Amino acid sequence: MSGVEGYMYPNEITLYWSVLIVLYPYITGLVAGAFILASLERIFNVEAVKPTYRLALLTALSFLIVAPLPLQLHLGHPERSPEMYFTPHATSAMAMFGFVYLWYLMAVLVFEIWLDYRKDIVLLSQSTTGLKRILYRIMTLGSSNISPRSLAIDRKVGWIVTLVGIPSAFILHGYVGFIFGSLKSNPWWDSPLMPVVFIFSAMVSGIAAVLLLYMLTAKLRNQPIDMPCVDTVAMYLFYIFILDFSLEMLDLIHRIYEADESFRSLNFMVHTKLYFSQIVLQLCIGTLVPILLLAIVQVTHLSATIRKRIYVLSGCLVQVGVFAMRWNVVIGGQLFSKSFLGYTTYKVGLVTREGLLVAIFLSILPLAILSGLLKLLPPWPKDEQNLVEAAATHTP
Amino acid sequence: MKIDRRHFLVMLPAAAIAWKYLLAGTPEASPNYTMTDHWWSMLIDIPKCIGCGNCVRACAVENDVPDGHFRTWVERYLVTDWHMENPEVVSPDGGKEGFSAAPAEENGKYFFVPKLCNHCADSPCTQVCPVGATFIAPDGVVLVDQTYCLGCAYCVQACPYGCRYIHPEKRVADKCTLCYHRITKGLKPACVENCPTGARQLVDLKDPYDPIHAFLKTHYVQVLKPQMATGAKVFYNEMDGSVR
Repeated sequence: MSGVEGYMYPNEITLYWSVLIVLYPYITGLVAGAFILASLERIFNVEAVKPTYRLALLTALSFLIVAPLPLQLHLGHPERSPEMYFTPHATSAMAMFGFVYLWYLMAVLVFEIWLDYRKDIVLLSQSTTGLKRILYRIMTLGSSNISPRSLAIDRKVGWIVTLVGIPSAFILHGYVGFIFGSLKSNPWWDSPLMPVVFIFSAMVSGIAAVLLLYMLTAKLRNQPIDMPCVDTVAMYLFYIFILDFSLEMLDLIHRIYEADESFRSLNFMVHTKLYFSQIVLQLCIGTLVPILLLAIVQVTHLSATIRKRIYVLSGCLVQVGVFAMRWNVVIGGQLFSKSFLGYTTYKVGLVTREGLLVAIFLSILPLAILSGLLKLLPPWPKDEQNLVEAAATHTP
Repeated sequence: MKIDRRHFLVMLPAAAIAWKYLLAGTPEASPNYTMTDHWWSMLIDIPKCIGCGNCVRACAVENDVPDGHFRTWVERYLVTDWHMENPEVVSPDGGKEGFSAAPAEENGKYFFVPKLCNHCADSPCTQVCPVGATFIAPDGVVLVDQTYCLGCAYCVQACPYGCRYIHPEKRVADKCTLCYHRITKGLKPACVENCPTGARQLVDLKDPYDPIHAFLKTHYVQVLKPQMATGAKVFYNEMDGSVR
């Protein structure tokens, strides 16, 4: 049979989890990572990363809005998905998706953004006209009190929400790792380290994404890049990356040393079908090179221009590496037979429901949503002063 | 229209015939079937399997199994002296059309292994279903409610034996039901019914008179991948250690 080497159980020849299921953990990872970066400023008082705080929250929201779409498109019967809310199966990790998602979206992210932006929204509802004014008025939810006492309460509540948000972000993405790691049927996935590796790689990809977006938006707005900010973000990225890499290596060394019944099969797969995506993209280009680049910045005194270039390059390579990691987990886990006697091939369709074009569209969609959110809720600190002035001139 | 007693008596047999005609279109009820009285499983007697593929064909016809997907299939193993851990396994089209003659092998042995859902008592597939669309019936059969299944394929991933697939037209999970529509009426599954050598036997562990009890006491019987601890209920007689 074409695309099959050795022996696959006959029902294994077709892969049921496609590139869209690769996209799902990648997107939720970006959400969790961006939120963790935002919490650095809020909870851990890392003042240097403040310029990225709001951008990180909006990035997280943009990607979180898109997160369920690949799952919906993948389902055989998407119209039945509300059943996961109405009749969730208590023993199923997947059944928790809806609840974890809603909790994170509504109780954490939207609430925190609203609290943080409330003053801006009230000022915008006073300074704008026409439809925009109506929109911002609705967004105030009837709360237009921006007295210092009221804003102090916002900050306190926001702090608590962020505090709750950190474990929630861990749950959101750790749970995605658990979906894979808890399947004893599949030795490629079956590992208690899986949720932890997912969380750390999520932080790496999310922080790198916000770093890239911050530099890109600054460039587009012709604003100078706050170097202490990007240096600090890059430093956190480096240290978390080291932890992530160590965990992944621990998993790998454990597998090699233990060499259980599945090892020969998995080892063969890594050296053949997954060689490019695992060894070349994930390990070398997506992990070792960016770690090395970020390490160079930590131990040398390079000029701001070179540092910026290194951050952009590392950030892009991190995205490649983390996406490759998700690919290797999801697709790699289905390429070998559970009989350990053979391998199949995954062919990505182009214009099918779970094809490449849909995957590309879903990857771009969060960026389109983000650009809309940036217009609606500008995260730039300088805008605040302009807002106060504009509101003062409009308010009778 | 007025109906007198005479007319009524004449129409009564006609009404009875009409009623009987209507009933003929409805499925036969299973009045004597009580789920909790049974605990179904299957016995596969490996030395008896000749790899004819009758079971696979019968299953496909009985259950309208789509091409390229299998509720049951047959594998042919070749285990040589030096490669006990790496047997050569083939199952062309699930063994539906049988197997071509195998080349002679002096240093090894050939045998056939029929496979199907193991109807595990602690089944990983039912554990992971997000809406409980797949479940273990009180009689031990693992079933899928196809009107409820989301088609997420998590159960397909969770099955260690490769017994599940997503039905290409219905877009829901599909698998062996032990021909539930037959066994609840006192019939045998299609694969058992059509096996010419009796290599497949339907087993009711709750039936004290089922010959399985004597068989299990007197034979060396295994289940597939016992290390998975799924409570698999398809028993294999004289199964080689290389089978996976």
